[in-house]
Amino acid sequence: MGFERQADFGTPEVSSDQMVTLTIDGRAVTVPAGTSVMRAAAEIGGQIPKLCATDNMQAFGSCRLCLVEIDGAKGTPASCTTPVMPGMNVHTQTPRLEKLRRGVMELYISDHPLDCLTCSANNDCELQEQAAAVGLRDVRYGYEGDNHLGLTTDHSNPYFDFDPSKCIVCSRCVRACDEVQGTFALTIDGRGFASMVSAGQDHDNFLSSECVSCGACVQACPTATLQEKSVKAIGLPERAVVTTCAYCGVGCTFRAEMRGEQLVRMVPWKDGKANRGHSCVKGRFAYGYANHRDRILNPMIRESIDQPWREVSWDEALQFSADRINAIKAAHGPQALGGITSSRCTNEETFLVQKLVRATFGTNNVDTCARVCHSPTGYGLKTTFGTSAGTQDFDSVMDADVMLVIGANPTDAHPVFASRMKRRLRQGAKLIVIDPRRIDLVRTPHIEAEYHLPLQPGTNVAVLTSLAHVIVTEGLANEAFIRERCDWDEYQDWARFVAEERHSPEFLEAVTRVPAQTVRAAARLYATGGNGAIYYGLGVTEHSQGSSAVIAIANLAMCTGNIGRPGVGVNPLRGQNNVQGSCDMGSFPHELSGYRHISDGETRALFEQDWGVTLDDQPGLRIPNMFDAAIDGTFKALYVQGEDILQSDPNTRHVSAGLSAMELVIVHDLFLNETANYAHVFLPGSTFLEKDGTFTNAERRIQPVRQVMEPANGYADWEVTQLLANALGAGWAYTHPSQIIDEIARLTPSFAGLSWERLLATGSVQWPVNEAHPEGSPVMHVEGFVRGKGKFVVTEYIPTDEKAGPRYPLLLTTGRILSQYNVGAQTRRTHNVMWHEEDLLEMHPADAENRGLKSGDFARLTSRTGETTLRVLVTDRVAPGVVYTTFHHPATQANVVTTDFSDWATNCPEYKVTAVQVMPSNGPSEWQADYTELTERSRRIATDAAGAMEPAE
Amino acid sequence: MSFDTLATLRRMANDIARNLEAMGHDKAVLAVADHIDKFWDPRMKRAIFADDERFGVLTPIAAEAIDHLAGGAHPESQTRATEFNTADEIGHSDAG
Repeated sequence: MGFERQADFGTPEVSSDQMVTLTIDGRAVTVPAGTSVMRAAAEIGGQIPKLCATDNMQAFGSCRLCLVEIDGAKGTPASCTTPVMPGMNVHTQTPRLEKLRRGVMELYISDHPLDCLTCSANNDCELQEQAAAVGLRDVRYGYEGDNHLGLTTDHSNPYFDFDPSKCIVCSRCVRACDEVQGTFALTIDGRGFASMVSAGQDHDNFLSSECVSCGACVQACPTATLQEKSVKAIGLPERAVVTTCAYCGVGCTFRAEMRGEQLVRMVPWKDGKANRGHSCVKGRFAYGYANHRDRILNPMIRESIDQPWREVSWDEALQFSADRINAIKAAHGPQALGGITSSRCTNEETFLVQKLVRATFGTNNVDTCARVCHSPTGYGLKTTFGTSAGTQDFDSVMDADVMLVIGANPTDAHPVFASRMKRRLRQGAKLIVIDPRRIDLVRTPHIEAEYHLPLQPGTNVAVLTSLAHVIVTEGLANEAFIRERCDWDEYQDWARFVAEERHSPEFLEAVTRVPAQTVRAAARLYATGGNGAIYYGLGVTEHSQGSSAVIAIANLAMCTGNIGRPGVGVNPLRGQNNVQGSCDMGSFPHELSGYRHISDGETRALFEQDWGVTLDDQPGLRIPNMFDAAIDGTFKALYVQGEDILQSDPNTRHVSAGLSAMELVIVHDLFLNETANYAHVFLPGSTFLEKDGTFTNAERRIQPVRQVMEPANGYADWEVTQLLANALGAGWAYTHPSQIIDEIARLTPSFAGLSWERLLATGSVQWPVNEAHPEGSPVMHVEGFVRGKGKFVVTEYIPTDEKAGPRYPLLLTTGRILSQYNVGAQTRRTHNVMWHEEDLLEMHPADAENRGLKSGDFARLTSRTGETTLRVLVTDRVAPGVVYTTFHHPATQANVVTTDFSDWATNCPEYKVTAVQVMPSNGPSEWQADYTELTERSRRIATDAAGAMEPAE
Repeated sequence: MSFDTLATLRRMANDIARNLEAMGHDKAVLAVADHIDKFWDPRMKRAIFADDERFGVLTPIAAEAIDHLAGGAHPESQTRATEFNTADEIGHSDAG
């Protein structure tokens, strides 16, 4: 497809049962009542000139270009603000209108630079197009009068420029910031001729303002006023390919706008069902890592990890790997081998890695990073609802009346979905936040949570049970729903349990530190406020009671009848782009794709027949147990695709001890990540721009990923896995991921109807995809629970063994920040570091005062597990006794201090609770110093036969 | 720093037992056994079966569950968490 902008209908789509028929320029058109005349005209291919209107925000009626004549109506109304009426007869092109529009355009152009030929928006400028459309030939006023042409450009944002000399003050950027993003960072400052778009206060520029760099204003701008720096540098794109973002679990779709093989910009796709045309700073702009100089493009090997890396051919690297794998297998058996699939790679790549481990290595020692994030979601929802998928699609939030957000920070970790939440909250939905930290959603422009429950880290189950206590004892349970949908006897057992006095908010206040009255008020609001939707994240799952907390959440939703329709439900906000998919594809050590246990002979027989191998019938090792087995000497080789376990997994010393005990660690990644410090083989990876495939987002939506350029390393990741398998004699012969999809569909009932062609035709499908569910299920459990009755399960609050005490008096909890993603391997290699150069330790003023610390000071963070140093940020976002940091930077190594404690059911690590002490410090910890040296040493690459070295970064 | 795998396994077994205890002793024993049977790798099972001191260290529920498994039992599914799709079935899931 050649390059063209997506169609813009001028005003948003309206849904209505009533249809209205009218005539526009002699042509009849029927549209839903409430539609604007402008949109109705666009739907039959008409083009009413416009500048201030665009279809992802409400009509504004300021540019006066879209005037029309309507029979029987006075004057020339603006078509964007005029709703259609039955029998209306509209004229969009008349001599009177042409004259008016030319006059309006003449005024705009009298204060606009006439540098079209050298302007970076030339041929991609709505002002230019509209000037042509209205037939402007002359500006009678001249260009000598007062004007804004001398205003200077604000270059502060790393991704886009703001050139006020080209601004026509249409307010589209301001409205995009308000309506689409919900940040309210922009305004029109001044009046009349002095009106100017302004970010923040007078002294601010875009970077120092509250702007979150989501790009909505840039997308909205009809001129070159707000434009991507990349367009200025490269020029206009020539084609666009729709693909799926490789950052968080929201799964935004973008148009990758290309010039040859060069990516000019990523523009959110308006038809994307997950993002509805919106984006965040990561997906929109932070793709520069793909060409970063740190990226390793050639395979490398070394005999032992104290040696420098040696660049070798693909053949040599693969043979080296195969020889070692074969030797280890011969000496220690297949149980000494294993692999980790990546939640950042495609479904097809993940499927192949688990196939390699199960079919070629001959073991079930395969796991994925879902182990360390949402595995308790699987356990908890499956126990209660019978199936663990999130119950809603993202659109459902627009029908919610009460949102209960617990252990999630959507504005930072799922920003595009957070914008939709904020839109619904501005429409009047109520918000309850349960979080130790005052996250942005608690109070943000035009939004204030009704209740914020700042609980002690580790007390989720206690708070959730006390909410249930209030609902049950105050008679707020929806008994009709429970009798119809759930097991009544189990409900009564559960209700008796939660009604016990020891679960009352008053009794538990000493443990949770949440005022009892706040808990009671929040429970009443959730139970009685209309459609109640629970959104939760890793602040729920990453605890030793993670699975119990998920069960408790499901209990709450069931006892209030908040299941099975739009606007309600239990919504896990998943972290990585394809974490749902990596689980669907059989990445867990106990099950094959489609959630079938490895001990089931009939399922194994399916795969054995298709793959021509015999599969082991015993579950394999989970990630943390792999390290234990490695230290014990029974686990020797690991293939890690697209996952930095050393930085992201808890208790770094444990991980490094496990890795260094192995005889072969193969890291398959874009960069020499932290895990690669312990690797013997480095296989270069490819980016999401360099391969075809699919990602599955948090709503179970499978979306295509499209190759827009050749892999810089030579091979897409699925090809590398295939090369490794074939070096081991597997004899695979895939030539395109579509063949892997066919295999997945053939072997997995829930994907039976899936094919590459179908995905390209439909854009996306939500699993299950088969004959029974040809269109998928946006909302689950509509008629009743998918599997029998809903089960209430008693959740005893078992406090973690990780306790604060005299030596470690504070509780550390960890999280993310908007500009960075996970371990930062990608985002740290983009300009996003301008917003977050280092991990900071947030600390309450009282705790900081006691320790003589102020913002910017170095502090030593010590736990029973280890210690690190980082700078302090004093803030009352955190409660006294609680400290918080992010884990995006390897220099900080927040996971040096986190512990081995984990969820009782799934071994998801307890990242969110670590007892720590914080004291002033003037330098890095011993671990950091040693680790820095190790990193430098282990990244040496021999450049010639003589062995001269150069560091890799 | 030393790492003690047996201590980890004991802690894991005890954690499972403590959290399933609310089912009542007999059901919890079976549920713990079922959980370990479905999710633990053979070498982890062997290690805890071989743990002679388990009656002193494990909770009674955990210790009985381990005994049950060590005797060769493969308990039926005791909670929905250990019900999996059959070969042609859809519906269950445990996405991470």
